[in-house]
Amino acid sequence: MSKKILIVDDEPNIVISLEFLMKKEGFEIAVAGDGEEALAKVASFNPDLVLLDVMMPKKSGFEVCEALRADPERAGLLIIMLTAKGRDTEVAKGLAIGADAYVTKPFSTKELVVQVKSMLGVA
Amino acid sequence: MLSGASIAFLATAYLALLFAVARFGDARADAGRSIISANVYALSVAVYCTSWTFYGSVGRAASGGLSFLTIYIGPTLMLLFVGVFIKMIRIAKAQRITSIADFIASRYGKSQLLAGMVTVIAVIGVVPYIALQLKAVAASVDVLMAHSGNSAQIAGLDSTFLIAVVLALFSILFGTRHLDATERHEGMVAAVAFESVVKLIAFIAVGAFVTYGMFGGLTDLFQRADEAGFGRLFALDSGKAGTWTSLVLLSGLAIIFLPRQFQIIVVENVDESHLKRAVWLFPLYLLLINVFVLPLALGGLLSSGGTGINPDTFVLTLELSRGAEALAILAFIGGLSAATGMVIVETIALSTMVCNDLVMPILLRSTANFVEKRNDLSGLLIGIRRAAIALILMLGYAYFRVAGEAYALVGIGLISFAAVAQFAPAMFGGMYWKQGTRAGAVAGLSAGFLVWLYTLLLPSFARSGWIGNGFVEHGLFGIGWLKAQALFGLGGMDEISHCVWWSMLANIGAYVGVSLWSSRDAVEASQAERFVDVFRFAGGTTEARLWRGTASLDAVVELLERFLGVPRARQQLAIYAAARDVDDWRALKVDAAFVQFAEAELAGAIGSASARVMVASVTQEEDLGLDEVLGILDEATQVRAYSRELEAKQRELQEATAELREANERLRELDRMKDDFISTVTHELRTPLTSIRALSEMLHEDPKLELADRKRFLGIIVGEAERLTRLINQILDMAKLESGRAEWTTGEVDLGELARETMDSVGQLFREKGVALASEIRDDGLVVLADRDRLTQVLINLLSNAVKFVPGQSGRVMVRVGREGGAVRVEVADNGPGLTAEECSVIFEKFRQGGNTMTSKPQGTGLGLPISRQIIEYFGGKLWVESHPGEGANFIFTVPLPVPDE
Repeated sequence: MSKKILIVDDEPNIVISLEFLMKKEGFEIAVAGDGEEALAKVASFNPDLVLLDVMMPKKSGFEVCEALRADPERAGLLIIMLTAKGRDTEVAKGLAIGADAYVTKPFSTKELVVQVKSMLGVA
Repeated sequence: MLSGASIAFLATAYLALLFAVARFGDARADAGRSIISANVYALSVAVYCTSWTFYGSVGRAASGGLSFLTIYIGPTLMLLFVGVFIKMIRIAKAQRITSIADFIASRYGKSQLLAGMVTVIAVIGVVPYIALQLKAVAASVDVLMAHSGNSAQIAGLDSTFLIAVVLALFSILFGTRHLDATERHEGMVAAVAFESVVKLIAFIAVGAFVTYGMFGGLTDLFQRADEAGFGRLFALDSGKAGTWTSLVLLSGLAIIFLPRQFQIIVVENVDESHLKRAVWLFPLYLLLINVFVLPLALGGLLSSGGTGINPDTFVLTLELSRGAEALAILAFIGGLSAATGMVIVETIALSTMVCNDLVMPILLRSTANFVEKRNDLSGLLIGIRRAAIALILMLGYAYFRVAGEAYALVGIGLISFAAVAQFAPAMFGGMYWKQGTRAGAVAGLSAGFLVWLYTLLLPSFARSGWIGNGFVEHGLFGIGWLKAQALFGLGGMDEISHCVWWSMLANIGAYVGVSLWSSRDAVEASQAERFVDVFRFAGGTTEARLWRGTASLDAVVELLERFLGVPRARQQLAIYAAARDVDDWRALKVDAAFVQFAEAELAGAIGSASARVMVASVTQEEDLGLDEVLGILDEATQVRAYSRELEAKQRELQEATAELREANERLRELDRMKDDFISTVTHELRTPLTSIRALSEMLHEDPKLELADRKRFLGIIVGEAERLTRLINQILDMAKLESGRAEWTTGEVDLGELARETMDSVGQLFREKGVALASEIRDDGLVVLADRDRLTQVLINLLSNAVKFVPGQSGRVMVRVGREGGAVRVEVADNGPGLTAEECSVIFEKFRQGGNTMTSKPQGTGLGLPISRQIIEYFGGKLWVESHPGEGANFIFTVPLPVPDE
């Protein structure tokens, strides 16, 4: 059974590229366009990993991450934060609230795939 | 009832009470629990009110009306200058000043000549005044005796003589207890304060009795006086303004320059803060003691009905005429208080001056051998002072005997005032003007004194018939312009004003003139510094540098022991040593500070001028030249100036620091804003780049990608690249606008025409989405001066925003162009979702987009509206939005019409 990844971003084109990229690697994919939708999708789709954009309408990626980490049932859920804001403080904040990794946009597709696979143990 | 014996008994009893008060005051002072409070000090200043006040004011009021008030207005006004008094007290304490003669002498280089001159003037001016007090007491005794039909002789001696003797004893007992004249006579001050209370109570009691007992109160009294033709007495006579002015001036100066006033206010002052009480309490005292003066005068005039009773005795005769003998006794005691208080303090003050400034210099100079032989001179000093007291009182008594009823006695109060007023230029000049010199002071004092003598004292002698009055009538040697009371033809003034005018002119003129023409020596220069800058004088090191020489400890100590007495000298030496952490004064270093200490101690006993001579005689002083002294003083002044400058600089620095901190804060805020801006821009740039990179990499890696995907991805890449380009262009545009480096091509623009053209150019967009675009445009008068391309940019921005936010098919956008006030108004209204109040303002900020679009994320850069607003504001217009959620949005801008040429 393939691993499940939830892609969360408010930029449709980024969602398109990520979805295509991860599907090609054989993952099962769901997408969400904002923070609230993301939480709903986590509940219904039950992903193994979330690719989470930070700057989004309604609920920011930080808020989503905090909400997920506050749920003990989702203890094993992996979270990779994606952000176009590359400042050190943001990276530190993301890691502090429980993200497993932090990737700045624009990212290398190859490296992202490698990282996702290694985190999911499907090398 | 009033027998001579009973009067003598009462007077003696009263004086005994006074002794008790003084003894108590001294005992308390010895025990270290001073009874001199601010109130006692203020009351003791009322020694100003002598028997001349007590009896004479009524007399003056009976003949001169309200003019008696001047004698009390002057001091009241003078006391307003608290700073002058404080400075005088501070100087006197710092310099251990013993009298007014010492003050002036010390300031002008510790000059024996000046000290002597001031003393002579004071004695000549004041002895007759003492005589006047004796006369007042004698007169009051006479009135009481005449009433009871007794004679005023006790055991063959007249009562006035007895009183003079008792007063001399009192003064000797309480005025010369200590040798150190700077040491305060607290017993005497307490007694004087007590007397001030007694005379006030007595006077008010008589006044109240006459006003309310003999007449029906003030209104009745004044009414009856008016009917009897005395109305002129309580009317102000503007013709006397000149006289009033000079009397106010004289009495204002007298409050500080009469030797007794200087003694009480300056020498006897325990605490500078007491002065602040005296400043209002003493004027209040004067007010109270004057309330009944005019009623008494009027009452006296009405009751005597021109029987020739001396108005000076109204205070006694009025109540006696009604048989109120007890009240008369009280009045007599009050008058006695006024006289004794004055005499005691005056003789003590004068005796110090006579001893230190007349006798000592003569003794020290002419009979050096005599002084050499005596080991302990302190006893001699006290003896001289006691003899001086006795002598002064006897002089007063003699003058009283000789002058009798003569005019020279009656008018002496003001004549005394005018004499001591001569000290004013040298005193005030000395306190505030460093250039005032000894020669100037000598010249001023001499000139003023001579003019006073010639225009006031001698004419009073002449009027008494003691000397010929030719110089008054025809001028000296028959020269008309030398007429004593019309000098240089200046007639028409009263004699006091005349004297004040000419003596002050001569005094001040000579003082200032000679001071400017003469030079000072080293001692003068340093004393001037110490006096004028008493509040700032560095003291300490400067003080020490102003003396250089060698001296032996033994010689200096011997000098102190001889003049102060061994016990006191040792005591002061021990105190000095203790202050320097030296166990035994015998181990003291003989340096400048020590010599100065010795001189100060001596000055307290024998005055600064004599002290200086004595210290110089036992030390080998090196002569500091004037230049050197001025150099040292200059340095001290410079150090002060530097420290003031330093303080100012420090303040400036603090202010600058605060400003810097503020500027830094502002910079930090700007920096933060810039940081935020860059962070936002970065985000906006990275977002399209992310899609471009990710899709490009995938296209690049996988050549076998399906054609449909390939086409889709390339389409996205092109779109995102365009977005990126647009964004970069707008950021640059914004930066240019904000920095003012944008280029503008200004010309006439018809906004109606511009709107139509722009609507045409964006028509395709609207049609694609099925949005209706309509317009209402006025035909003319829409021409403004602006940049056509820029306004087009604004309108395109508004229209493309509108089309973005309205729903497809049902969307409607309306453009209106018209005039409003002095401007063209352009509206772009849509039927989109509308904006909240918060959004209405937020959307004009950079990178802040309205969220509620038809798609999940608004398209555009978030810079369109901020740029549009910048453009409109550049042309003096406004851009804003009117909207409510659900009711569409109406973007409006105005551009002002050009101002028509006149």
